[in-house]
Amino acid sequence: MNSLVQTNAYSLLKACRIMPLASRTKAHWASVEMGPPDPILGVTEAFKRDKNPKKMNLGVGAYRDDTGKPFVLPSVRKAEEQLMAQKLDKEYAGIVGLSEFTKAAVELALGSANPILSEGRNASAQSISGTGALRIGAAFFAKFYPSKTVWFPKPTWGNHNPVFGHAGMSVKQYRYYDPATCGFDAAGCLDDVSKIPEGDVILLHACAHNPTGVDPRQEQWRELCDVIKRRKLYPFFDMAYQGFASGCVDTDAWAVRHFLSEGLPAALCQSFAKNMGLYGERVGAFSIFCDSQEERDRVLSQMKILIRPMYSNPPVHGARIAAAVLTQPELRQAWLSDVKGMADRIIGMRTQLTELLAKEGSKKNWQHIIDQIGMFCFTGLKPEQVERLIKEFSIYLTKDGRISVAGISSNNVAYLAHAIHQVTK
Amino acid sequence: MTSVFSNVQTAPSIEVFALTEQFKKDSNPNKVNLTVGAYRTEECKPWVLPVVKTVEAQLAADDTLDKEYLPVTGLPDFCASAVAVCFGEGHPVLLSQRADGIQALGGTGALRLGYDFLRCILGRDTIYVSKPTWGNHKGIAQQCGYPNVREYRYWLASGRCLDEQGMLEDLTAAPEGSVIVLHGVAHNPTGCDPTPEQWEKILAVIKQRNLFPLIDLAYQGFASGDLDRDGRVPRLFADHNMEFFVAQSFSKNFGLYNERVGNLAIVTQSAEITGRVKSQVRNIIRKTWSNPPSHGARVVATVLRNPALAAEWRENIKRMAERIHITDQIGMFSYTGLSAAQAEYLRTNYAIYIMSDGRINMSGLTSKTVDRVAQAMHEAVTKCSA
Repeated sequence: MNSLVQTNAYSLLKACRIMPLASRTKAHWASVEMGPPDPILGVTEAFKRDKNPKKMNLGVGAYRDDTGKPFVLPSVRKAEEQLMAQKLDKEYAGIVGLSEFTKAAVELALGSANPILSEGRNASAQSISGTGALRIGAAFFAKFYPSKTVWFPKPTWGNHNPVFGHAGMSVKQYRYYDPATCGFDAAGCLDDVSKIPEGDVILLHACAHNPTGVDPRQEQWRELCDVIKRRKLYPFFDMAYQGFASGCVDTDAWAVRHFLSEGLPAALCQSFAKNMGLYGERVGAFSIFCDSQEERDRVLSQMKILIRPMYSNPPVHGARIAAAVLTQPELRQAWLSDVKGMADRIIGMRTQLTELLAKEGSKKNWQHIIDQIGMFCFTGLKPEQVERLIKEFSIYLTKDGRISVAGISSNNVAYLAHAIHQVTK
Repeated sequence: MTSVFSNVQTAPSIEVFALTEQFKKDSNPNKVNLTVGAYRTEECKPWVLPVVKTVEAQLAADDTLDKEYLPVTGLPDFCASAVAVCFGEGHPVLLSQRADGIQALGGTGALRLGYDFLRCILGRDTIYVSKPTWGNHKGIAQQCGYPNVREYRYWLASGRCLDEQGMLEDLTAAPEGSVIVLHGVAHNPTGCDPTPEQWEKILAVIKQRNLFPLIDLAYQGFASGDLDRDGRVPRLFADHNMEFFVAQSFSKNFGLYNERVGNLAIVTQSAEITGRVKSQVRNIIRKTWSNPPSHGARVVATVLRNPALAAEWRENIKRMAERIHITDQIGMFSYTGLSAAQAEYLRTNYAIYIMSDGRINMSGLTSKTVDRVAQAMHEAVTKCSA
């Protein structure tokens, strides 16, 4: 060993003990600012602090049952019990995860008869729920897709921009929501999309648009598909609510299936957070539907290169549950019924709220509450009205007037109707 | 119409997985897999720790548990317990809250968060990894966009030991502010760790050059059977008032490989600064996986917070460490010194699978296979030139 180095090292060590820590390490952190506060978290915090027994949290992004509690699906519990008995190991799943899960997930999205599956043209990876799928997709497109621009509907889920931005894509928007009608701005949307540069990526919410709850009708989807086809845009679907929106998994996947049947390529992000209530288990899948099996192999090999430096391989607990639910006939039937139950409760609350608003004597048109679909509803309330709801009624929602219908139950829907009427009459 | 992905080349397969795939397809009844880094029993089977089985059954039977999202930075009980394992219960760095934890997707996920923060928030552009190192260390750096990914000398092939002089020289020459990835214990792939005296010297250079240490701690407890012994390096750095990160994995020491349980421990000069750093990492998490998986973290937190279960866990760890008999090298892996050609020879002639850099997974050996493997290795070295 080099004694000079040894001597130097020891003198350095001695010197270090003398120098004050602060002056040398200040450089590390001085520029680190506090991260931005989470707006939705802010709503939840304020809700928690409120002592009003009638308070309502309409910012919650997770399903609640009619007593306002988190809901673990009976079919999921059953699957979990079964899995416990199987005494499975804890060995690493492959980089792209459990194949029985991804196969079942893609079949659920496309329908089992879709030729893409039998032809082996889907490059699919298990992902860390919907966000993880978006992240893999964004990274893949940023690296391999000719255009680095992705177009989002306006508005879109708050995390779409950060995820795609962090991956290196630049982001633009197309018109989508019409605040005048609280509905779909079909003309504006088609107009904007028809002007998107050829070859750009277009992000589409497959069903239950977040945050508005506004979905195009089927004939509107057809028109949109035609324009996208003409402009040679790449459809990038985010499907976080299959089954949860209408109560029927096939209905909710209609748009995705239509685009594929029209011969368009597509990427698809799937989440099982809501439709299986597996939020914290992080269950999702990302797929690119390729032209051939050969292309699929190449694309999949590159997806692995992106996934490995992120987290190596995905967690299996939730994926094993989802795979069991999807592939065992009895569990699948039970699940379809569970998910319909959730969707029906949400739809029921929308109907009740609208009826009660009329009963309150509101002269406003609240039809959009029923027309919108899924967890969220863009009420059309203005910021000052939202402010009043919070201050006078302890009803918490985000400033954009978005409410989570999951936060409404039969014992507080009347109170909500009353409050909304008071601030809008 | 040409596909938009027609220019996508087939990526090189990741060696460890490719070899395992090949191993699975191999019909030789005497085949042995010494590649992938997962513990194996004497019967060469995967092993779910008894304490993990106990807790999983408990959790499954608990109807009060739901599946709600965890906070973005993870299960608080898990994070607190994880840093306590790293630094030892009651360490000043924990009491002062200079240290905090952020749950991550396994050790890889923790490394990724650390690398991302250092690159994107602190603007570091140079990162050093040991030569050799775990393949993914460089892979993560490339993905995070580090312009300069360099190596510091580590393994001295001639002496089959640490290249102390080379390492200290390279660290001394590193630009100020460079990120240095260190293996906390059980160096992967060599299995060779610096001695306590050598660590003091390494730390001194890091301090003097104002380098940023990122300690990869994937084998705490698993290496020697003793958590405190294996946790010496982060504790040394904390005792010296260093600011650093530790990427902890619970894959090996809890055998929870596929549940992706990891923790990024942040240690700074003050609780306030640690809070700010944590908030920025939280931001990075939101754009990557939103929030971490709950199952594995619940298992670990439940074990660590219950004295009886924690004691049982320490026993389970001892059992694993004892089965892996090592001489000077420590932990799961051993660097045989075999060349790629010799590794190929082993595979082709004996259906014995080792990594092309000569790394073997010690726990892949059993009393039934060790003799054959030793004999085959001897033959490979004799008959096949490096």
